[in-house]
Amino acid sequence: MIFLWAFIVGGLFCVIGQIMFDVFKLTPAHTLTTLVIIGALLDGFGLYEPLIDFAGAGATVPITSFGNSLVHGAMEEAGQHGLIGVLTGIFEVTSAGISAAIIFGVIGALVFKPKG
Amino acid sequence: MLYGRQTWLFENKPVILSTGVVGGPFEKDGNIPDAFDFLYDDMWLKQASFEKAQTMMLEDAGKYALTKAGIKKDQVNFFISGDLTNQITPTSFAAKTLEIPYIGIFSACATVTESLAMAAFYLNSQGAEYILSGTASHNAAAERQFRFPTEYGGQKPPTAQWTVTGAGCALLGKEGSGPVITSATIGKIVDMGITDPFNMGGAMAPAAADTILTHLKEREISADYYDLIITGDLGKIGHQASFELLQEANIQIDENRYVDCGMTIYAEDQPVLAGGSGPACAAVTTYGHFLKRLEKGEFKRILLVATGALHSPLSMNQKDSIPCIAHAVSIEAGGDNS
Amino acid sequence: MADKSKQGSNQDAQNYQSIQQKHEIKRPVFFNCLKAFVVGGLICLIGQLISTFYIRFFDFTEQTAGNPTVATLIFLTMLCTGFGFYDRIGQFAGAGTAVPVTGFGNAVISSAIEHKTEGYILGVGTNMLKLAGPVIVYGVFSAFVVGLVKTIITHWGGF
Repeated sequence: MIFLWAFIVGGLFCVIGQIMFDVFKLTPAHTLTTLVIIGALLDGFGLYEPLIDFAGAGATVPITSFGNSLVHGAMEEAGQHGLIGVLTGIFEVTSAGISAAIIFGVIGALVFKPKG
Repeated sequence: MLYGRQTWLFENKPVILSTGVVGGPFEKDGNIPDAFDFLYDDMWLKQASFEKAQTMMLEDAGKYALTKAGIKKDQVNFFISGDLTNQITPTSFAAKTLEIPYIGIFSACATVTESLAMAAFYLNSQGAEYILSGTASHNAAAERQFRFPTEYGGQKPPTAQWTVTGAGCALLGKEGSGPVITSATIGKIVDMGITDPFNMGGAMAPAAADTILTHLKEREISADYYDLIITGDLGKIGHQASFELLQEANIQIDENRYVDCGMTIYAEDQPVLAGGSGPACAAVTTYGHFLKRLEKGEFKRILLVATGALHSPLSMNQKDSIPCIAHAVSIEAGGDNS
Repeated sequence: MADKSKQGSNQDAQNYQSIQQKHEIKRPVFFNCLKAFVVGGLICLIGQLISTFYIRFFDFTEQTAGNPTVATLIFLTMLCTGFGFYDRIGQFAGAGTAVPVTGFGNAVISSAIEHKTEGYILGVGTNMLKLAGPVIVYGVFSAFVVGLVKTIITHWGGF
C-alpha cells in the first residue's frame, strides 16, 4: 500500500510545483525554495513526520523533505544544547542530498561533457 | 542620402558579391538544409568549448564568402560583426583569424541588419572597397549564458524559441554582380514592458512594427513595394502580434508576403516551440535561402527586418523589462551593375 | 515633459500587452500537471522501491533509509544528466522531475558539467551551486527560524 501512497503523494507534490510554474509563473528556483520552506514549516507544526509514515518515499523524495530534515536537525540539537543548538544542529540529520549532489557533480564533471 | 530621420537611401547601390552560410546538426534536419554551404555534425566542432565552436563557424562562414567571391581577406577593408556571448569575444577571436580591421557591434538577433546597414552606408559613401558583414550564434553557448546549463531539466513554455547554431556572412562591394542594397532604416528601442525572457518574440514584435512603419513612411512607399517583408526571429507569437500591430496602423500587407526567418528555418516536427531565434537565424535564412530565391528571380525586392531583444541575465534578475530593436535593410535584384 | 511621454507609453504598453496575450500560445496547464503527477509519482515510487531494498538487504530502518535512497536517486540523476537525456525528460515532465530530489541533483550536476570548460576550481567549483543555491540557503534559514520559534515557544509555553 505504501507504494501506492508514495506514488500519489509524490505526484501531488509535483502537481503543486507545476501549478507554481504554470499558473503563478514562478521560476524553478523560486518554486523549489518555496517548497523547501513549506517543508520546514510543516515540520515546525509536526505534520511532516506523520506524512512520511503514511507515504514513505512520496514524502521523503520531494524537495520538501529537505526542509523537514533541516528543522529536525535544528530541533534535535536544541533539545540537547538549548537555543544555540538551533544554529549548530541544522545539518546534523541531513547531508545526504547535498553531499551526494556535490560528489556526483564533481564526478559528473570529470566524466561527462555537455551534449548541447 | 538621409531620408526623414533614420532612413538611408543608397544611390550607389552596394552589391552583395557572395555569402557564406554554415549550420549545425539541428539545422541539418531543418526546413532549409540546402541553404547551407556546410553543415556540421555536432555542437563542438572538435573545439574545447561551445564558444570556440561559435568562433569557428563565423570564421568558416567568412571564408566561404571570400572564396566564393574570389576575394582575399587582405583586400577586405572592414569586418563588421557581433554575437550574443558576453563582450562578443567569439566574434573578436574570429576577427583575429580573419585579420580584417574590425568593427564589433552588439544588437543581439538584429546584428545582421545593423551590420548590413553600416556596411552599405560605408560602401555607398566611398568609405570602403569591400566589407565582410555577418554574425553567428550557438544554441548551447546562448543557453548556458542566458538561461540554464544545457543538461538542465527545466521545462520551457510554448512561447520559448530555439537559438540557431550557425553563422552567415556576406561580402559586400561597390560594384559587381549580385543583389544590391538599396536602403536601410535604423530602429529605435521599443519596450512595451514585457519581462518574460521566454517570450522574446512577443517582446520584439512592437519594435519590428515600429521600424517597418518608419521605413515605409520615410521612403514614402507602401508595403506592396516589396515582394516580401522578412522579419528576423519573431516566431509564431511575435509574427502574429506584429501583423496585428501593422494592421492597426493601416498598413496593407498581404499575409503571404510577410514571413519570418524563425518560422522558416526549422521543420514542423522539430521541438523548437515558437520558432528559431539568435543572430544567426536571420543571417543564415536570408543569405542562404531568401537571397537564393531572389537571385533565381522569384522576388525583385525584399525588406529584411531583423529584430533583437537587448536584455541580459543581469537585467532580468534586476526585474527590468526587455528593450527591443529592429533594423531594416532593403535588398533588390541586381541589374547590370558595373 | 518626460512624465507625459511615460504616461503615453504606459498606455501603449498596456494596449500592446493585451494584443500580445491574444496571440500567446498558452501553457497547457492541465496536461502539464498530469505529466508532472505521473512522472513525479513514478520517481517517488522508484524511491520507495529503493528504500525497501535498503531496509531489506542492508541495516537500515524506515527512518534511516531516506538518506541512502536520496543518494541513490542522485546517482541515477547523474547518469541521466551525463548521458544527455535528463533534459528531455525534464521538458516533458516539468515539476515531475524538478520537485523530487532528482531536480536538485540535476541542477547541481548539470551546472558542474557545463562549466568544465572554465576549469575545475573557477568553473566547476564556483558555478556548481548556482541553481541549487537558493534551496540550500533558504532551506537552512527557514529551518533556523522555525527551529528558533519552536524552541522559544516550547521553552516558555511549557508544551
